[in-house]
Amino acid sequence: MNRNRWRRALSGTILVLCGASVVVALVPLAFILFYVVSQGIASLNVAFFTQLPKPVGEPGGGMANAILGSLVVTGLAAVLAIPIGIMSGIYAAEYTGTRLASSVRFAADTLNGVPSIVIGVFVYTIAVLPLGRFSALAGGIALGIMMIPLIMRTTEELLRLVPSTLREGALALGATRGRAVFTVVVPAALPGILTGILLALARIAGETAPLLFTALNNRFWSTDITQPISTLTVQVFTYATGPYAEWHQQAWAGALVLVTLVLICSLLARIATARMERLQRGS
Amino acid sequence: MIRRFFGRRDEVLFRSATGVFALLVIAGVIAIGVALYRESMLSIREFGFQFWQTDVWDPVAGEFGAKPFIWGTLYSSILALLISTPIALGIAVYVSELCPPALRRTLVFLTELLAAIPSIVYGLWGIFVLVPFVRQIEVATPEWMKVIPLFSGPPLGVGMLSAALILAIMVIPFSSAVAREVLRSVPQAQREGAYALGATRWEAIRMALFYARTGIVGAVMLGFGRALGETMAVTMVIGNNPQVTWSLYAPQYTMAAVLANEFAEASGDLYLHALVEIGLVLFILTLIVNVISRMFIWSMAAQRPRVFRRSALKAAA
Repeated sequence: MNRNRWRRALSGTILVLCGASVVVALVPLAFILFYVVSQGIASLNVAFFTQLPKPVGEPGGGMANAILGSLVVTGLAAVLAIPIGIMSGIYAAEYTGTRLASSVRFAADTLNGVPSIVIGVFVYTIAVLPLGRFSALAGGIALGIMMIPLIMRTTEELLRLVPSTLREGALALGATRGRAVFTVVVPAALPGILTGILLALARIAGETAPLLFTALNNRFWSTDITQPISTLTVQVFTYATGPYAEWHQQAWAGALVLVTLVLICSLLARIATARMERLQRGS
Repeated sequence: MIRRFFGRRDEVLFRSATGVFALLVIAGVIAIGVALYRESMLSIREFGFQFWQTDVWDPVAGEFGAKPFIWGTLYSSILALLISTPIALGIAVYVSELCPPALRRTLVFLTELLAAIPSIVYGLWGIFVLVPFVRQIEVATPEWMKVIPLFSGPPLGVGMLSAALILAIMVIPFSSAVAREVLRSVPQAQREGAYALGATRWEAIRMALFYARTGIVGAVMLGFGRALGETMAVTMVIGNNPQVTWSLYAPQYTMAAVLANEFAEASGDLYLHALVEIGLVLFILTLIVNVISRMFIWSMAAQRPRVFRRSALKAAA
C-alpha cells in the first residue's frame, strides 16, 4: 500500500515538473519580448527609419542606411538562393529514389547544420580575398548559401504533397515531364513554397555572424554591391557592444524592428499553413 | 519517331536542368571544406597538432594556440546541454502527452518563436539583462562555495555561466521539437499496455521515453550541434578571454567568438590562416555531430510510418 502511494506521488511530482519546465522555457521568452518592446519603443521614432547614424556624442540619428543595406543584402541572397533552392528541390522531389537526390538531400541537411560563422569564413575566402575588399555582394552570397537548404527542403516537401493525380492528368494530356512540373505541379504547391521563402527570408534577415567579415559595415548610404554595406544586425551588434548609452538605445530599437519582422513572418506563415490545411481537408 | 525523339530530349533537358542545380548544392558543401583547408594550410603546416595543445593566443607576437577556444566551445555547449536537456524533455513530454489539445498549438508556436528570435537579439538581452542578473548571483555566492574551483573568481557577470545559460535557452526549442515528434511516434499500444499492467502515468511515459531513446539521443545531439556553432549571443556574454579553466565565473572564449571578433581585423597571412583553421575544425566538429544525430533520428524513424518520418525530419531541419 505504502509503495503504491510512493509511486503515485512520484508520478504526480514528475508530471508537475514537466509542466514547470514549460514555464521555465517561456519565462525567458516573455522577458526577452518585454525588454525588447519596452526598451525599443522608447527610442523608435521616425528619425530611426529616415536618418543616418549621428557622430558619437550627438543625440538622435537613425539606422536608415542599415535598413536599406539589410534589404539589399537579403535581396541578393534571395536572387541567389531561390532558383538554386527551387530547382534542386524539384529534382529531389521528381527523382526521389536516385542517388543524386539522396546526395543532395544529405548535402542540404549538412549545409543547414554548418554554423553561420563558418559560412562567413568560407565566403571570405571565395569572395572577399579575390576581390580584395569587403562587399555587399559577399554578404549576399553568405546569406544566400544559408537560404538554399531551407528553400530546397520546403520545395521538396510541398511538391510531394501535391496529389499525383494532378501530375498524371497533365502527362495523360501529352505534356512532357518538364511541362507537367512547371505548369501543373509547381503552381499547385506555390502558396506553400512562397510561405517557405518568406520564412527563410525572415530567418536570414536576422543573421549577423556571416555578415561581420563579408558585408562589414558602412556609416553612409550605399547601394553599390561591390562596396561594404551596413546592415541592421551588424549595426545592432556594433551599438550593443559600444560604450555609449545612446548607442544602446539605438540597438534596442533595431532589435525591436528585427523581432517585429520575425513575429509578422511567423504569424503570416501560420495563417497560410492553417488555410492550406483547411483547403486540403475541404477538397 | 520524330515526336518521340523530341519527347525524350525534353525529358533529358528537364532532368539535366534541375540536376545541375542539385549538383551545385553538393559542390557547394564540398567547396566549403576545400576552401577552408586551402586557406588554413600555412597554419596547419606551421603548428601541426600543437595548435590545439598550446594555450597562448598572442597574434602580435605570432603565437597561436587554440586550446582555450576549443575548450570554451565544448565546455559551454556541454553545460548548456546539461541545463537544457531536462527542460526540453519536460516540454516534449508535456506537449505530446499531457497538455490539452487546445493548448498544444499555442505552446508549439511559442517554442518555435523562441527558435525564431535572432541570435543578436538574444545577445543584446544577454548583455543588458542576463549578465547583470548573473553578476548579482555571483556577488551573492557565499564564501564557502568560492573554495570550489567551479565558483572561484571575481563576480564579473560576463563569463561561462552567462554563456551557458543563454545557449541553453537557445537550444531548448530545437531539442524539444525533435523529442516531441519522436515521442508522438511511440505506438499508443505501448502506453496502453503499461496502463493495463497497472502503471502510473509517469511509469507509462517512462516506457514511452525508453522506447524512443535513440530518437531522444538524436534530439539532444542536434541541440549540441547548434550550441557548438552559436556565435553572436555567446560572443556578447562570454567575456572573450582565452583561458582554460573550470570556473563558471571566469570570462572565457569560444571558436565561433574568436572568429567573430578577430577575423575582420586579422593582419598577416599566418594570423588569417590560424583563424580559418579554427573555422575548419568547427566545421568538421559540427558536421560529425550533425551526421551522428541524424543517424539516431533516422534509425528511429526507419521503423516508423512515413508520416512520422517526414515530421521528425522536418523538425530536425
